[in-house]
Amino acid sequence: MFGYYFQLGLRSLRRNPILTALMVMAIGFGVAASMTTYSVFRATSRNPIPQKSAQLFHPAIDNWGPEDTEKGEPPDSMTYKDVVALMRAHKAPRQTALYPIASALIPDDPSSLPQRQGAYAVYTDFFPMFDVPFIFGKPWSAEEDEGHAAVVVISKKLNDKVFGGANSVGKQLNLDGRLYVVSGVIEDWDASPRFFDLVNTGGFDKGAQLYMPFTRAIELQKQSNGNNNCNSDPGDGWDNYLRSECIWLAMWVELPDAAAAASYKQFLTNYVDEQRKAGRFRWPNNVRLRDVMDFLDAEHVVPAETQISLFVSLGFLVICLVNTVGLLLAKFMRRAPEIGVRRALGASRKEIYFQFLLEAAAVGVAGGVLGLLLTGLGVMGVGLVFEPAIARLATLDISLVLITLLVAVAATLLAAFYPTWRAAQVQPAWQLKSN
Amino acid sequence: MAITPIIVALRRHKAGALLIGLQIALTLAIVCNALFIITTRIERIGRPTGIDEANLFKVSVQRGGLPSDGEAAKARLDADVRTDLAAIRALPDVADAYVTNTLPLANSNWTGWLGQTPDGDKVGPSTAFFLGDEHTLATLGLHLVEGRNFRPEEVLPHSLRDRVAPAQLIISKALAQKLYPDGDAIGKTVYVGPSAPPTRIIGVVDRLQSSTVQAWAESFAWQTSIVPARFSFTYRTYAIRARPGRLDAAMKAVPDALYAVDPQRVIPEDDGVLSFAGIRARAYRADRGMAILMGAVCVILLTVTAAGVVGLSSFWVGQRRRQIGIRRALGATRRNILNYFLAENALITVGGVLVGALMAFAINAWLMVQFELARLSVNYVLAGIVALIVLGQASAFAPALRASHIPPVEATRS
Repeated sequence: MFGYYFQLGLRSLRRNPILTALMVMAIGFGVAASMTTYSVFRATSRNPIPQKSAQLFHPAIDNWGPEDTEKGEPPDSMTYKDVVALMRAHKAPRQTALYPIASALIPDDPSSLPQRQGAYAVYTDFFPMFDVPFIFGKPWSAEEDEGHAAVVVISKKLNDKVFGGANSVGKQLNLDGRLYVVSGVIEDWDASPRFFDLVNTGGFDKGAQLYMPFTRAIELQKQSNGNNNCNSDPGDGWDNYLRSECIWLAMWVELPDAAAAASYKQFLTNYVDEQRKAGRFRWPNNVRLRDVMDFLDAEHVVPAETQISLFVSLGFLVICLVNTVGLLLAKFMRRAPEIGVRRALGASRKEIYFQFLLEAAAVGVAGGVLGLLLTGLGVMGVGLVFEPAIARLATLDISLVLITLLVAVAATLLAAFYPTWRAAQVQPAWQLKSN
Repeated sequence: MAITPIIVALRRHKAGALLIGLQIALTLAIVCNALFIITTRIERIGRPTGIDEANLFKVSVQRGGLPSDGEAAKARLDADVRTDLAAIRALPDVADAYVTNTLPLANSNWTGWLGQTPDGDKVGPSTAFFLGDEHTLATLGLHLVEGRNFRPEEVLPHSLRDRVAPAQLIISKALAQKLYPDGDAIGKTVYVGPSAPPTRIIGVVDRLQSSTVQAWAESFAWQTSIVPARFSFTYRTYAIRARPGRLDAAMKAVPDALYAVDPQRVIPEDDGVLSFAGIRARAYRADRGMAILMGAVCVILLTVTAAGVVGLSSFWVGQRRRQIGIRRALGATRRNILNYFLAENALITVGGVLVGALMAFAINAWLMVQFELARLSVNYVLAGIVALIVLGQASAFAPALRASHIPPVEATRS
């Protein structure tokens, strides 16, 4: 029966090639527009670290007060003195402060030019906390953090460039004219969105090539390569800057369960209370402890452009579906006499449903294939429309292929319900009589 | 022509007519909002920065490994910057140059407040600071409408974390009007933050856009100040005006000259050397992309809707061949038949656009709440209505013409 209905469907589709082409085109364009923008939306709204996103927390305290903050939210960055106090207290099993820096890689060959490398100053816990995969070596030790050691973890890309991909652990690298010992080489890893540094990257940026101890970067007075905000004049010089209320650092802690999170939040509250007693704050407590997904949400990591595009494309798909409902209705009702004959010869309503839904499904598959081709073109073209850092995240992978086909067929079947119902309502006697 | 028979006939095709009407309504709603987004973005991109953008470019350099704290370190960096500037200005392709923290649209904003009393904390208007010297006005091609330029002796070295508290300031006209609505800003004293030394306004430039086009700084995008300061830090940006027609040559010559002075520096490959056109393109990339995407959606959407109208109209014509034949046999002219189908389409389209206009405003209201978009002007909806009525009539024309060619003899066929 299935094969017969399928043949009938194909024959019917071939009878009105223009109408069929219109439907396939509408489905194809609607699905392609939606899937292309969805691929971008998916890339920007994804969970960057699904296995641990509920255990990683971003603490924030309000060191500025209501006068300098917006909508009652504490600042999303921290001062040096607060970060140091939280690190010293060590109330989380794993914790890291971090900030972006820029280092120049000085080549051994004096005739080649130094190159800027995007880098982060972090504590050793950064690597196990964020599941950073190592190819060679391991993170530096906690003692090396303490000792401001001149060590680095480098990316595979940088290792390929400088050491030809060999195991470079223990070898030396010249950064800004100082020598650093490589303690480990990691895969070309980046969290996407880069949740741990949303404030400076907006979530999307080129990957960092190296990581060095936070304590070392501070000792070298390395300025942040990202944002700095001061609500009052910090005074001259580096030491005054470190003592100031200027915010420029991120802090992350790993807390295994809800109880640990609750007690960490209590610790933050107690810390702020102490600071208030010492006369630093003159406003009520305002602390936040957000996990990864909450933090992404609070920082509005999905650009408005991405969301508006997705909504507009979905509206477009709805219009294409309305269009398809109309065309299918026209197509099916034109065959009312044929349906009348079939019904008179004993076909049940159910069989009519089956036959026409199958025909619609064929349109859906054809539309899906066209949609897939157009989605492929669309994903290739997103670079014209979205920021390059975001556009490169949009890919046509297996899951997107499956979703595209599924959406095309499901949407077409949905569109076919009403026309099919109308077709099944055809009264055989009336049709036979009028002909 | 009587409209009643059309309505009676449509009631026999309720579903089809409603579907086409709905499609037209949705199309209008989306196209209006898309057009509105497109024009908003294009207007944004088209705003003049106030500087003469042709022949202008920037070179950003970074010099690692040097201390930046303390008097000796600062003096060394300042000497480096002076050497760099001398080397750049000596190049034959360079008209003028200065060192700065940032340029308009370069997306690195330094912001502060200008108070009118020494203790007025953050009550004055916000402003974005550009560091510059006596070459800045000429290099950027800024138009000084009042007052005077900086003098060389007024320009002091400035490190990254030094306080912005200059003795003189040149401000934009927008900022001057904000500070002194009655005019005459020249010679007035302002204070950059609490307990700051007094700053005297010595000049006003016609227009100067801040460094960022992001929403948070939109409210003071034109309230800008030029600080007499030589940005002497380990990373810095040189703003350079090439001689007319020599932009490409100068963009090659300057990095070479800088490397010749100090090979240890880094000029980033991807964005170290950028023409101002490049800076502008980067700043408005998202806006441009949005306009392109919305434009593409509009075109495809209108095509799909037109195709839908053609499809359904053709179907209706095919269904009513016999009735058309009867009307023709009873004396209806070809023109009568043509008009009938065009009127039928107009009726459906008008119904659709009326509903669509309401939907357009509803979608806009939702976008306003969600994404802080502006209110949709009625003109867009009117333009959309006209466009869809024209589109509907054009799409229905071919099927209607075919209908008018159905011979009266059809009446006898079954």
